[in-house]
Amino acid sequence: MADPMRIRAQVKGDVATVRVLMSHEMESGQRKDSAGNLVPAMHITEVSASLNGAVILTADWGSAVSKNPFLQFMVKGAKAGDKIAVTWKDTKGDTRTDEATAS
Amino acid sequence: MKKITFVAKVAGVVAITGALLPGAFAQKSAAVQSIEEYRAMLADGNPSELFEAKGEDLWKQKRGPKQATLQQCDLGQGPGVVKGVFVTLPRYFADTNKVQDLESRLLTCMETLQGLNAAEIAKTPFGKGEKANMTALATWIAAESRDMKFALPQSHEQEKVAYEVGKRLFFQRGGPHDFSCASCHGGDNWRIRLQDLPNLTKNPGDGIGFAAWPAYRVSNGQMWSMQHRLNDCYRQQRFPEPGYASDVTIALATYLGVNSNGSKSVAPAIKR
Repeated sequence: MADPMRIRAQVKGDVATVRVLMSHEMESGQRKDSAGNLVPAMHITEVSASLNGAVILTADWGSAVSKNPFLQFMVKGAKAGDKIAVTWKDTKGDTRTDEATAS
Repeated sequence: MKKITFVAKVAGVVAITGALLPGAFAQKSAAVQSIEEYRAMLADGNPSELFEAKGEDLWKQKRGPKQATLQQCDLGQGPGVVKGVFVTLPRYFADTNKVQDLESRLLTCMETLQGLNAAEIAKTPFGKGEKANMTALATWIAAESRDMKFALPQSHEQEKVAYEVGKRLFFQRGGPHDFSCASCHGGDNWRIRLQDLPNLTKNPGDGIGFAAWPAYRVSNGQMWSMQHRLNDCYRQQRFPEPGYASDVTIALATYLGVNSNGSKSVAPAIKR
């Protein structure tokens, strides 16, 4: 199972700022190793975030997103104690979901 | 009022020309300001945190032939004490009768407590296998001293010797370019291309130089410990590769660390 994500959600007024740090190699598929062989692509393709179970954000990522991606977004209507869950899926079919509580 | 200074390095080694502004009272140029903004933006979401989490797990995990955790490891303030130790290393340890830095001490603990082979780990390339685990551990232990001031002891005879040896090493010129550490880090307000070079013969200030490692290098997506950084300094000078956690690296770290005493650690930091 991949390394856990770090998710922080800070509420200010009606808006929560969510910061997610994902642990992923994000191999673009364009690099060559020292022997000259192409390193196969292995990167996140789908990201989704939910607030108390309701999906609030989806993203399609390609090879341009760099290693250990950092994602930040703001969501209206969140309050302290709400559950923010983030899921990613990659080219290999691996997936990871982590959850955090807004404060 | 803007003050412009031109700095030229030793001819034939590196030539640096450009405008530099002394920190205290002059206005910053637009270039310097935007670099600082870029660095501030990078600081949010520092991937070091991923390595911190990993290091913490490794500390508490039963590993090695002896199937033991590192929670009895003595990093200078008693077995298991992690908070505040990073800013007191390198220092003298009675049980091994030598001055050790963080990574050298981790090797000692991994061998004595867990039964892992320290020599094998030392030979493993950076970023691979157990070496990667060492970097994660070093990152977490550094994080446990975040924002604390460096306070390396210089009370034991061997600590004083290590400082003096480190100083000699700092000024020792060698390699095909006849570089020493001082070639780049021996003066004030020096710079190579757009990278400021702190003067490491004295205290360079909070979060600079010795106080900024371990750090995550954004440009290659790697987490670098202090040993890795010193290794790379020697590589840049075209010196032979120093041994991992060798006496040379520990003495040099002692010199740099003691010079930094009183300044704040920002480790684990983030770099270009």
